[in-house]
Amino acid sequence: MADVAFQQGAVSGAARTAKRSSLRRALKRKSSAAFLMTLPLILLIGVLVIYPALYSLHLATLNKSMAKFVGFGNFEFLFKRETFWLVVKQSCIFAISAVIFKALIGFIVAHFVHNVPANKQRKWRGMLLVPWVIPPAMSTLAWLWLFDPSYSAFNYTLSFFGIGPIPWTGDAMWARFSVILVNVWYGAPFFMIMYLAALKSVPEQLYEAAAIDGANWWQRIWYVTLPMMRNIIAITTLFSLIVTFANFDIVRILTAGGPLDHTHIFATWAFRVGIEGSDIPLGASVSLFMVPILAVAAIFILRDVSKRGNEA
Amino acid sequence: MTRKKLSRRQFVAATALSSAALITAPYVRGAYAAGKLSMGFWDHWVPGANKASTDLVNEWAAKEKVEVQIDYITSQGNKNLLTIAAEAQAKSGHDIFSMPTWWAHANSEQLESVNDIMGPIVAENGEVNGTVKYLGQSEGKWLGVPACVGSQIKGPCSRIDLMKKHAGIDVQEMYPAGSPPKADNWTLDTFLKAAEACHKAGVPFGIGLGETTDSVDTCGAIFQSFGAQLVDAKGNLTVKTDAVRQALEYYKKLIGFLPPDVAAWDDASNNKWLVSGKGAMIMNPPSAWAVAKRDAPQVAEQCWTHGFPAGPKGRFAPFLPYFWSIWSFSKNKEAAKSLLVHLSKPASIEKMVVASGGYDLPAFEKLTTLKVWQEESPPKGTLYHYPNPYNHQTLSIATSPAPPKIAQQIYAQATLTKMCLRFHQGESMEKTLAWAEGECEGFMRT
Repeated sequence: MADVAFQQGAVSGAARTAKRSSLRRALKRKSSAAFLMTLPLILLIGVLVIYPALYSLHLATLNKSMAKFVGFGNFEFLFKRETFWLVVKQSCIFAISAVIFKALIGFIVAHFVHNVPANKQRKWRGMLLVPWVIPPAMSTLAWLWLFDPSYSAFNYTLSFFGIGPIPWTGDAMWARFSVILVNVWYGAPFFMIMYLAALKSVPEQLYEAAAIDGANWWQRIWYVTLPMMRNIIAITTLFSLIVTFANFDIVRILTAGGPLDHTHIFATWAFRVGIEGSDIPLGASVSLFMVPILAVAAIFILRDVSKRGNEA
Repeated sequence: MTRKKLSRRQFVAATALSSAALITAPYVRGAYAAGKLSMGFWDHWVPGANKASTDLVNEWAAKEKVEVQIDYITSQGNKNLLTIAAEAQAKSGHDIFSMPTWWAHANSEQLESVNDIMGPIVAENGEVNGTVKYLGQSEGKWLGVPACVGSQIKGPCSRIDLMKKHAGIDVQEMYPAGSPPKADNWTLDTFLKAAEACHKAGVPFGIGLGETTDSVDTCGAIFQSFGAQLVDAKGNLTVKTDAVRQALEYYKKLIGFLPPDVAAWDDASNNKWLVSGKGAMIMNPPSAWAVAKRDAPQVAEQCWTHGFPAGPKGRFAPFLPYFWSIWSFSKNKEAAKSLLVHLSKPASIEKMVVASGGYDLPAFEKLTTLKVWQEESPPKGTLYHYPNPYNHQTLSIATSPAPPKIAQQIYAQATLTKMCLRFHQGESMEKTLAWAEGECEGFMRT
């Protein structure tokens, strides 16, 4: 018995030591330390992003009174609604055109800033970033006053040239133009700063080699700058596409979706249906409709980025 | 070490004392003996109006020994609606919440019945109007007590001088302060002629056609004046009817006399229109007049709030009540009911109405002739007819009498104003009606 007891103690002692040392080893591992350090953020994302996302998934499967499980019933209902398809169309027009213009303006302005002498660049960078750092809800209010149906400052100015008055937010086409314009104004500085960073990382030797080969300005952009910036362009576009698709504040403040629903995008219509119309499950379904669209875009863009990363 | 022994006598005395303390404890009233109560009240836009509510609540709390907490929640950016949705989902939050128009019905399953206190309140203050019953009752259950704070009629607020000069209408004579209206000729036809005359004179009526409540409410009242309903009280579709066609034809003519940008108007646009002196009339509670009193006194002294024009089926005016509702998850329902009774006393209501400068409207028939409406100026008597003291118009809400959960959808999606705009922009009548019917079918989902 004594032997057995002795052996048992030895075994448990050895196990404890092994456990302690493996814990120590695990803690010493870089990946474990990294995990522990990111744990607060993971928890935060879990509570503030993953839980609400799962909860909205749950809501989207309930009926209007939230008393019955209806599966994909809400989506089936939405697919039969004319207004829903109008919202899908507008969200795509809004996001795609805004991202294209933001990218284009960002690219052009980044080149201008890149060519400004180094000692003056900081000033320009700071000034050009102003639209992006002002909270959009605040800056959009200023735009609302500029576009005001009765007292528009733009129309007042244009009247001196015999133009207008333009129904900035009262006519469907002009209202779409206005919300896209404000989104471009707000988002272009983000593209500019990303592209500027990418431009600075392009080795000067490549341009020199291109110049020796007789490449003109356009060929240098097409064969040197753009290929070197492809990854940044792809990531920035993806990021901006997601954010623009999910935009709420600009449209809500400027037009609230009107006139005749012609500027509603997913988020504003989800709010109208879910909160103002007290149909929370349908509102959740509208907002979740963005997920597959953005997921497909993200898969394609990220796959392309990682493929080029592997090639490099 | 000595050990102190408890004697038998000491044991009996201690037991008796603790038992007595335990038994009498509930009857000893400490500072907050009756527990806690929290309220989510609507944040009034009139400076100082919240104070009247706070004072009344504190006065009650001191008497009843209840610890109270009031949160004034703004309706700017629909913050109050977001809070209602969040509390309904979480089944936690305030004990009492100020529910605007449709939200009592939208949350009816989660609200405590206040039938037991509504009886005595109605007995003391008088009967409530039909719209309050429509919005505040579900299958015989009162979902909240009608709150005067925030409740309003959105009737015409006219410029005395401009209406007289351009339309030949003396609104003061039609709605004299201190006596019943002489408004038999104040019909939708007269209204249209006045709109045309003021439009020609460059001071058009400021009636919005956007998707916010002011636009929808006016549209709703005019539709009701024609007897036009998109969905009837039983939930049947009634879009393709002559009454709806007549209302649309009327609106098409009216839009021609309104400012060209009305499709983009929100609830602030009509206020600005009046205050800036650009228009002869808007449809609004006296908030625009109150702002004019501060910012444009020369405009304010020409403003007169009065009744709606009558249509073929009657005279309707938009009434938007608030309700103080008790969440079913409240832990202090009895205290909540006691507070609501206190806030519904005639003296309390008068105090709140005075603090709001006459903006807030009690829903009870005995409380529509308070002194404040007779005295508010300039000009004296400008608000006399605001609370509908002679019941000469039916107080209603747009999209009623459809079942409230359907009506709320039609209201929130502004289907009425969209129909008018579509038709005005050249869409055929039948296409507009078909579109509206499709929309309403969708709103009927359960």
